[in-house]
Amino acid sequence: MKTLEIQSPGTEKSAIQNPQSQIVIALAGNPNAGKTTLFNALTGLKQKVANYPGVTVERREGVWKLGENAVRLIDLPGLYSLDVTSIDEEIAHDVLTGKVAGLPKPDAVIAVVDATNLERNLYLVTQLLEYNIPVVIALTMIDLAEKQSLEIDTDKLSSLLQIPVVAVKAAQKQGIEELAEKTLRAAEVHQIPRLPWLTEAEFLETVTEEDIHLSLSDDAGANRKIFARYNFISDVYQEAVKAVETTERSVSEKIDSVLTHKFFGLVILVAILLLVFQTIFSWAELPMNLLESGFGALGEFAKAQMPEGVLTDLVTDGIIAGVGGVLVFLPQILLLFLFISILEDTGYMSRAAFLLDKIMSKFGLHGKAFLPLMSSFACAIPGIMAARTIENPKDRLATILIAPFMSCSARLPVYTLMIATFFAGQTVFGVLSLGAVLMLAMYALGIIVAIVVAFILKRTLLKSPPPPFVMELPPYRLPNLRNVFQNMFQRAGLFVKRAGTVILAISILLWALTYFPRAEVPGSKSQVPGQTEVSVNDEQPATNEAAQIQNSYAGKLGHLIEPVIKPLGFDWKIGVALIASFAAREVLVSTLSIIYNVGKDADAESDTLKEAIRDAKNDDGSPVWTPLTALTLMVFFVLAMQCMSTVAIVRRETNSWAWTLFMVGYMTGLAYLASFITYQGGKLLGF
Amino acid sequence: MILTNLPIGETAKVVSIKGNNSVTKRLMEMGVVPGVAVKIVKTAPFGDPIEIRLRGYSLAMRKSEAEAIEVSE
Repeated sequence: MKTLEIQSPGTEKSAIQNPQSQIVIALAGNPNAGKTTLFNALTGLKQKVANYPGVTVERREGVWKLGENAVRLIDLPGLYSLDVTSIDEEIAHDVLTGKVAGLPKPDAVIAVVDATNLERNLYLVTQLLEYNIPVVIALTMIDLAEKQSLEIDTDKLSSLLQIPVVAVKAAQKQGIEELAEKTLRAAEVHQIPRLPWLTEAEFLETVTEEDIHLSLSDDAGANRKIFARYNFISDVYQEAVKAVETTERSVSEKIDSVLTHKFFGLVILVAILLLVFQTIFSWAELPMNLLESGFGALGEFAKAQMPEGVLTDLVTDGIIAGVGGVLVFLPQILLLFLFISILEDTGYMSRAAFLLDKIMSKFGLHGKAFLPLMSSFACAIPGIMAARTIENPKDRLATILIAPFMSCSARLPVYTLMIATFFAGQTVFGVLSLGAVLMLAMYALGIIVAIVVAFILKRTLLKSPPPPFVMELPPYRLPNLRNVFQNMFQRAGLFVKRAGTVILAISILLWALTYFPRAEVPGSKSQVPGQTEVSVNDEQPATNEAAQIQNSYAGKLGHLIEPVIKPLGFDWKIGVALIASFAAREVLVSTLSIIYNVGKDADAESDTLKEAIRDAKNDDGSPVWTPLTALTLMVFFVLAMQCMSTVAIVRRETNSWAWTLFMVGYMTGLAYLASFITYQGGKLLGF
Repeated sequence: MILTNLPIGETAKVVSIKGNNSVTKRLMEMGVVPGVAVKIVKTAPFGDPIEIRLRGYSLAMRKSEAEAIEVSE
């Protein structure tokens, strides 16, 4: 093969046997330049996705088979520049200087350059050349450039830049072989061009790492350098490109005149958001129910197959139920990421940020924060993961910290139970159902608190100069289906892998809290004093479960926190349900069912559960629950951070336990305060 | 004159970028350097941000950011 002739047999052999001397190639390029498509074409399915240590920048690496050489291909994040001002740029800088553990300095860099946007794409190339690494340009979107009457002379471009330029059509696998050949040769020969702008800006011939840092500390110098690079690029562009001026509007401009129209643009945006919302809210329901019943069946099966005992209970009630409770979110996550990938790939995402930035920036948020927040109405987990599209770390953190205030679908069973039990059939102003008004009020409460918190956070803990909005509006393009689906499954995979471990541990802990210590073996009827034998027999299974919960650590914790929650109108039984619902909010319903002896399978619509709640009495005979208690509980659920999956995902996305615990703390504190005001205020008003 | 004073649909040449901060740096990295021709394309529905076209692509920025860009017709 042609590619093999370049390599001497010695290097080739050692490259295979010794991973240390394996060829490493980095793939760099602007966002939207077609880098992902090229990466997929080069590596096929031989790739893995992880995070760079300590940050949430996705680390993509693949194996590029070149004859008998297996090259390590590193896909750098999409970049406009290499000036180490964002996390992405810092990571790219570290990779190019060989600072990432277990990753040697690349032997060559393939710069993916969009032919329709040559000047700005070449800017990154000029910076790459300063790293003293051979660079090969992969020129993409050639056919689109031709359609725009741009004639690019690749040979001329190559001789002016003094580096190889290969036109590629990754989707059709055209130019791949030539790219392989030129890249291997570049890595072998290691010839770095000496380009005029380096001397023009009075820089050393080859810029070492120290020099890059030196120039960074001198901003005026850095700006001069940018100017020098673009001057050079303008000269190259004028010689290598023939552009025919057209007055005709491009397809992109025509689409844009509708999608960012002052009126229709907003209407379409709302319609798209509604579609996304509707999809993750309702279409995901069927697969979620299937998963849920699937895990239920699996638990039953395991119970039937295994001998009775602690181990079986751990496997079925702890592990299977716990892991199942997390995997149930998968359909929502997959669907949301399907939409995000499509919106990003087509170029619509930046338009939506463009439309909404004015409103979002009033609350100190970036225009791009709207989608994570919207998605959080279905579930905060995909919402928080979607915050990855926000580049500025402080903006992203602010968005993550307020996302769980959006009333997610797991709160619905709680709202439904409370409304159905205490407010059913009542109306406001004669026409509006009180239930609907309350439901809307709960959603509004979450949104208002989120806005206030964002406003405060951005002026205190996350205070930073407003991040630049300066953002490319890429041309509209059809999404590449393969990239879309790959993106969707890789992100879902990350969720399952990383969050799964933490969630599994917490589920086992919560299971143990309700399981231990074991109540004495039922059968000695004296355990249930004051009841006739008949009723004991009738209620035995439920009573045993209830007795178990009472005696368990969770039950003891419920008694322990009773003085704290008493001012909210909650007794220890509600306390147990609250503790259990920190695993997941909807667990409140099943826990209340166990405590009130109506069986584990009761749901929010169950009449027996509603009656049991209404009939529950305090020691003095007064009812435990009043409509005010129900309202207080709903307010608590709007604001409290009760979802271990969210906690796990926030830990993963912020990479900080401090911020995660801060979130749990301030949300739960706010929930307590708001519930306290609701209950005590309501009592003062005579409810 | 300042870029934000340029009427929609008009093209002008960048003369200078005032200030020295992360915004001006980002603007320059994106190709807004002295000598380049920029065209105001539109403003967002709520009046901010704005879209400009330069070097064959579209760039959005807030008006407050565009104020750093001095142009001459």
